[in-house]
Amino acid sequence: MKVTVDEDKCCGAGTCVMVAPDVFDQREDDGVVVLLDVQPTADLHESVREAANMCPAAAIALDEQS
Amino acid sequence: MSAAGSVLVVGASAAGLATAEALRRGGHAGPVTVLGAERHLPYDRPPLSKKVLAGEWEPDRVRLRQDSALAALDAEFVLGDAAVGFDAATRTARTASGRELSADAVVLATGVRPRTLPGADGLDGVHVLRTLEDSVALRADLAAASRLVVVGEGVLGAEIAATARTMGLDVTMVGPQPAPMAGLLGPLVSGRLAALHSGRGVDLRLGTGVDGVTGEHRVTGVRLDTGEVLPAEVVVVAIGAVPETGWLAGSGLELDDGVVCDSRCRAAPGVYAVGDVARWWDERLGAQVRLENRTHATEQAGVVAANVLGADRAYSPIPYFWTDQHDVKIQVHGTLPPDAEVSVVDGDLDGGRFVARYRHDGRTTGVLGWNMAKQTRIRRQEIIDDSPAPAAQR
Repeated sequence: MKVTVDEDKCCGAGTCVMVAPDVFDQREDDGVVVLLDVQPTADLHESVREAANMCPAAAIALDEQS
Repeated sequence: MSAAGSVLVVGASAAGLATAEALRRGGHAGPVTVLGAERHLPYDRPPLSKKVLAGEWEPDRVRLRQDSALAALDAEFVLGDAAVGFDAATRTARTASGRELSADAVVLATGVRPRTLPGADGLDGVHVLRTLEDSVALRADLAAASRLVVVGEGVLGAEIAATARTMGLDVTMVGPQPAPMAGLLGPLVSGRLAALHSGRGVDLRLGTGVDGVTGEHRVTGVRLDTGEVLPAEVVVVAIGAVPETGWLAGSGLELDDGVVCDSRCRAAPGVYAVGDVARWWDERLGAQVRLENRTHATEQAGVVAANVLGADRAYSPIPYFWTDQHDVKIQVHGTLPPDAEVSVVDGDLDGGRFVARYRHDGRTTGVLGWNMAKQTRIRRQEIIDDSPAPAAQR
């Protein structure tokens, strides 16, 4: 799985950090998403999928084939 | 319902899409149909008053999922065909084109429609903003105008006012509250917001009701309760929205400012509601609640999908919304009672970045961030720690 984030879409909700804290963080200054792990290991996939689905700004995209 | 049953989702926006996605994530293998009144695949509304209106984003950029993700979802989208009738006993929806769609479980996700100003319908230059078409039409009208009056001082009106200033228009915001979003944010923060808008050149004519608009074919102004007429080339009416439940008249469901649901978001056996249209019993608050915000649509969809698949989960969220106005991003977690005690707990008011904590009856009920999103999200935990135990189910 490969994760990409669109910083321009991010609204700073931090939902992704609450769902998958090993993969996402937020910048201190403006709250925009920080991707900690571009290719998370399989044990994190379910939480990353949930983070992508829960993101209120649709700012997280997943490529499941990679 | 078994995981092989059929599900009909009525409404193809954020809540409807999220329901379909959560059903698949939850292991649902049966057919899923998503019926939408608009002709578009699911798209996101928050950018319509900001990036799309400003012209910074092309309209397609608001699509919520790309084709590959929608294909993987394996749902049938029936678009451009509004639901016009429903029978809860047989779980059958009837559409404008005469289709009849039935399923083992039905999820109602038809959202809200904007309130309008009596007498303003059909007048050129008067807009509401709910759909992608609304945003594109308003943008076109603003591009040819120099003077906008925004009727409504809530979140949508304030965002539109801010965006129109960046487009170079003269903007006046009118409404009965003393400051933008005053009823939502309380006096301290709404006062800051008033100063922000004024400082960016928005003419605030607040604390006065609106009596109507002037003009014959095209709008020429907005008439205040005081009798004064504010000249306008374009008027946006952003005075709230009402749940889209007209099509459910005679369905057998209880309708009262939304589809009335139990704590499981269930309106009748096999019938659920989600998103802006749902009014459910919140066990933690011990009250019926209806929320209109983007995060709620997705979060409630997760619970509804689980319940459709046989779980027995109560829905009791910590509400969250955000708004971007001028160069300020406001984040709100929890609820902000009008008589809350408000204190700044991170940053400082004059520094242009702060987190305010709202306390009521000795509990933290909400936190608000002003250009301090991460710190606000961290403070959200205080709301959870202070939450009362769930009240008995209705």
